[in-house]
Amino acid sequence: MRVTAIGCTAVLLLAMTACGGREEAGTGTTATGQCQGQQTTGITDKSLKLGGIYPLSGPASAYGAIPKGIKAYFDFVNAEQNGIGGRKVEFLVRDDGYQPPKAVEEARRLVEQEKVFALFQTLGTPSTTATWDYADQQKVPQVFVATGASTWGTDTAHPWTIGWQPNYVSEARVYAQYLKQEKPEAKVAVLFQNDDFGKDLLGGFKRAIEGTQVKIVAEQSYEVTDPSVDPQMSNLAESKADVFLNVTTPKFGSQALAADAKNTSWNPVHIVNNVAASVTVLKPVGFENVQGVVSSTYYKDPNDPTWRSDQEMMRYQAKMKQYAPDADPAVPYHAFGWAVASSFHKAMEAAKCPTREGLRDSVRALNDVQVDMLLPGVTMSTGPDDGFPIESMQLMTFKGERWELFGDVIDTRKEFGPLTG
Amino acid sequence: MSDTAEVTRVDAPARGGAFRRVAAERWRWIVLAALFAAACYAPFQLVPFRVFQFTMVLVYAVALLGLNLLVGHAGQISLGHGAFFAVGAYGAAIMLDRFELPYPVTLPIAAAVAFVIGLALGLPAMRLRGLYLALVTLAMAIFLVPLLKRFEEVTGGSMGLTLPKPAPPAWTGLAEDQWLYFLALAVAVAAFLAAYSLMRSRVGRALHAIRDNEAAAETMGVRLSFYKTLAFAWSAMFAGAAGCVYTWVIGFVSPDSFAVTLSITLLAGLVVGGLGSLSGPLLGGLFVMFVPSISQDVNEAAPGVIFGLLIIAVMYVAPTGLAGLTGRAAHSIKKTLRRE
Repeated sequence: MRVTAIGCTAVLLLAMTACGGREEAGTGTTATGQCQGQQTTGITDKSLKLGGIYPLSGPASAYGAIPKGIKAYFDFVNAEQNGIGGRKVEFLVRDDGYQPPKAVEEARRLVEQEKVFALFQTLGTPSTTATWDYADQQKVPQVFVATGASTWGTDTAHPWTIGWQPNYVSEARVYAQYLKQEKPEAKVAVLFQNDDFGKDLLGGFKRAIEGTQVKIVAEQSYEVTDPSVDPQMSNLAESKADVFLNVTTPKFGSQALAADAKNTSWNPVHIVNNVAASVTVLKPVGFENVQGVVSSTYYKDPNDPTWRSDQEMMRYQAKMKQYAPDADPAVPYHAFGWAVASSFHKAMEAAKCPTREGLRDSVRALNDVQVDMLLPGVTMSTGPDDGFPIESMQLMTFKGERWELFGDVIDTRKEFGPLTG
Repeated sequence: MSDTAEVTRVDAPARGGAFRRVAAERWRWIVLAALFAAACYAPFQLVPFRVFQFTMVLVYAVALLGLNLLVGHAGQISLGHGAFFAVGAYGAAIMLDRFELPYPVTLPIAAAVAFVIGLALGLPAMRLRGLYLALVTLAMAIFLVPLLKRFEEVTGGSMGLTLPKPAPPAWTGLAEDQWLYFLALAVAVAAFLAAYSLMRSRVGRALHAIRDNEAAAETMGVRLSFYKTLAFAWSAMFAGAAGCVYTWVIGFVSPDSFAVTLSITLLAGLVVGGLGSLSGPLLGGLFVMFVPSISQDVNEAAPGVIFGLLIIAVMYVAPTGLAGLTGRAAHSIKKTLRRE
């Protein structure tokens, strides 16, 4: 009996395999006319389907606020501006819990099952690295990924993937430029997170100060799993450096700021990187202890009274209330989402063909595109050998209970030339 | 076997009765054959994305099979099974990346490496039990992530390693996702057969004895330390094999893929699937793969909460896991078939 069952199965199997593999299902649709042969999956004259992958659960779930800002923006554009060029945007959000294998699964779901036009943002370096080969293979645009690694712009093997926010190297260049002008003989002590993020920023800083009088006199690293950075901080204090570069993620950023405040015998200029510069990081340290700390930014902070009467900020505040009533517009991640969504809007409008190829080419041919949620003077530019949309930032210093912008926008492209691998 | 089948057939009063009897006697094999046929047929019918999902189910099922051996059969607890999974995955990745070995070779090596590490880490299992053992295994899972980040030249640091996926040979005419699926299916079938024969051997009986009563087992002449360590090593071996197939399928490994949550999800999946049963790992694999995305469809804002609630619900409705539930269902079907 057992033999017959197995025999039957074997025969059945053979018969099936004889039928061969899957017929290459022509799943996608293509355009005709001027854009002939280009992919039009997920886009019609009336609709546009996008998919994003974010950590809605797990340790990085704070970033789950970003898609809320994006959704609010698209809902607003759909309702009041008849979508992007007459196309109503449908934005699907999937959760990967910051786990790369989950990101791969969700990317495949969005592309193969939901048949999205493009992956609009994957969040985090691991999840993006896990999916960009797939995007490349399927020829699906993976635009404006939410990670600051410089890989997205320097790599040439993945034309379908592009970043958006200033990469860590550009940010490092901003600080280097500041020191060159304000403290040309600075002795710098660096604390950095021992991973791709920390090394990317530190490496960029080292390259940017080459040939200047600015010197790194001490560097200390920590692991994300370390309980505290206090030992590193006391080592750095011994260097007697006059500038302290704080390359950390929020939790460690707080610790380093607190340790610096406690040590009254060492008072360097404290530069904290953008990742750890949110007010929620500074608050536990005590605002009186972080006066004069320097950082940099590129989009408008909804908490900054400078923008209170700014047209775009007023629109953001009003539309967030209307289209995302349960979200707090003061959360900067929502403003980030709003900014990146309006950047997509501009890029999509500029596309010559309403196709995947059209979008891929359009995001790589941005010419000084102005996005109102970005700081005045910060624009998006890309080109054939420039894969970084935003490379300008403005410095800010902490005064009272908030950040205050100072100086001009620093365009690192102009100051340091293009960034290459 | 076929003799008894003949006898039943002869004794049967009527033809319909004979069929029913055969079905009742052999239902296990019939179900298995049908399941296997369906598993082979499925990739030709489903879209690539679904095929990928089922491939991952098989990967998790192999890992859970190992965990089942340790937790379900030997009664030892492990909160660090993800670490062995990672050893297999990284082992395969490093072999493919640094030594450029052909990918079929990576499977036995990855499994063997995981076996040896399991054997070494199985030593504490001899002395510790219950919560203490759970803590040691948990420490393993926690300490693995920073370790992988540390040796950047080999492991690629926190950026991980990106690898090419195994390409289907031209003669099969299969697409990439189908080929990966059949590779995973082959490994899963081999693993299930291995676990099945292991459980029916002397070793299986010894492990059950240890689980049920250590003192009694020892009195009966079962060498506790030997079998406990061995159970650890075997379970690690299955996890290592699963990790290796994982690397083939995903084509990317990074430390963040193997955080503590993986170990805990695996254990939860096994308990929900059914401890100590052979179908438990498969059901657990289905649970681990599909339930998080289903819970996301239910509530986008808090998928974790729904996932947790679902686990609680399953444990409440089916305290012996999903396997126990299907086992009960099968039992009642069998009874219906037996009735004449």
